[in-house]
Amino acid sequence: MIVNGEEIKLNKPIKVSEYLEKNGYRKDAIVVEIDMKILPKEEYENTFLEDENKMEIVHFMGGG
Amino acid sequence: MKDDKLIIGNKEFNSRFILGSGKYSLDLIEAAIKYAGAEMITVALRRANTKEQHNIIDYIPKNITLLPNTSGARNADEAIRIARLARALGCGDFIKIEIMRDTKFLLPDNYETIKATDVLANEGFIVMPYMYPDLNVARDLVNAGASSVMPLASPIGSNRGLSTKDFIKILIDEIDLPIIVDAGIGKPSEACEAMEMGASAIMANTALATAGDLTLMASAFNKAILAGREAYLSGLGRVLTRGASPSDPLTGFLRD
Repeated sequence: MIVNGEEIKLNKPIKVSEYLEKNGYRKDAIVVEIDMKILPKEEYENTFLEDENKMEIVHFMGGG
Repeated sequence: MKDDKLIIGNKEFNSRFILGSGKYSLDLIEAAIKYAGAEMITVALRRANTKEQHNIIDYIPKNITLLPNTSGARNADEAIRIARLARALGCGDFIKIEIMRDTKFLLPDNYETIKATDVLANEGFIVMPYMYPDLNVARDLVNAGASSVMPLASPIGSNRGLSTKDFIKILIDEIDLPIIVDAGIGKPSEACEAMEMGASAIMANTALATAGDLTLMASAFNKAILAGREAYLSGLGRVLTRGASPSDPLTGFLRD
């Protein structure tokens, strides 16, 4: 699948919450979009990522 | 001056200085907000990097209103996508629309900006569009549901000052929404001048971020904006086109 523009290999479908935890993302500071659709935080637990998904993980940073 | 509030959407602000948070260290944000007397700060949205455990939201006091921008968007659809993502982060409904097709001058695309304003205002966002000062566009933004209009003074990051002054004045005179001068203001004196002519607020980032001392400059801008506002509320003294008018009582006794 593609995460933030980079291709990653999933051996098996994995929960969004598990992916975020494993990769050290801070859930309180990010928003997740899968295939151009925003995924509400309460759905991280029951949404599985699959190889054909395209995910964006974004957060706020300094800007004018 | 106590009751002189800036109202944007459903929110009242005492400060008329909107601070940008780019181009300087996260550690300086809290001090910059404090010295600027700011109650609103802009932030951008970018891909998260797992290695960054410090996030800007940790450095911004909770009573400060976040104004996410759509920088990076090249058309209305991209701006709408960014706005929705920003709102999903749970920091309120404010959004500053910035849409640029041109990377050399970073000038806003007014047409796409009107389109994005229309969609986002309908979705309940408090929309603050960054625009090139054009009266017809400003009117379209009002009709599209904008909560303020943010004309540029000069190109973003240029510190070149009020090069669009006459056209911003037209917006101030003709548009009933807050006119917030955004981009290009380089000096406190320019911020003061814009406020003096009736701008509702000033947004600045680079002028502070590139100054010798960021917090001192934040404080200088704060005072300049207050001074300009008070002058505007007072109404300026009249200008004589020729001659002079004594400001001392005439010392008639010398001649009697």
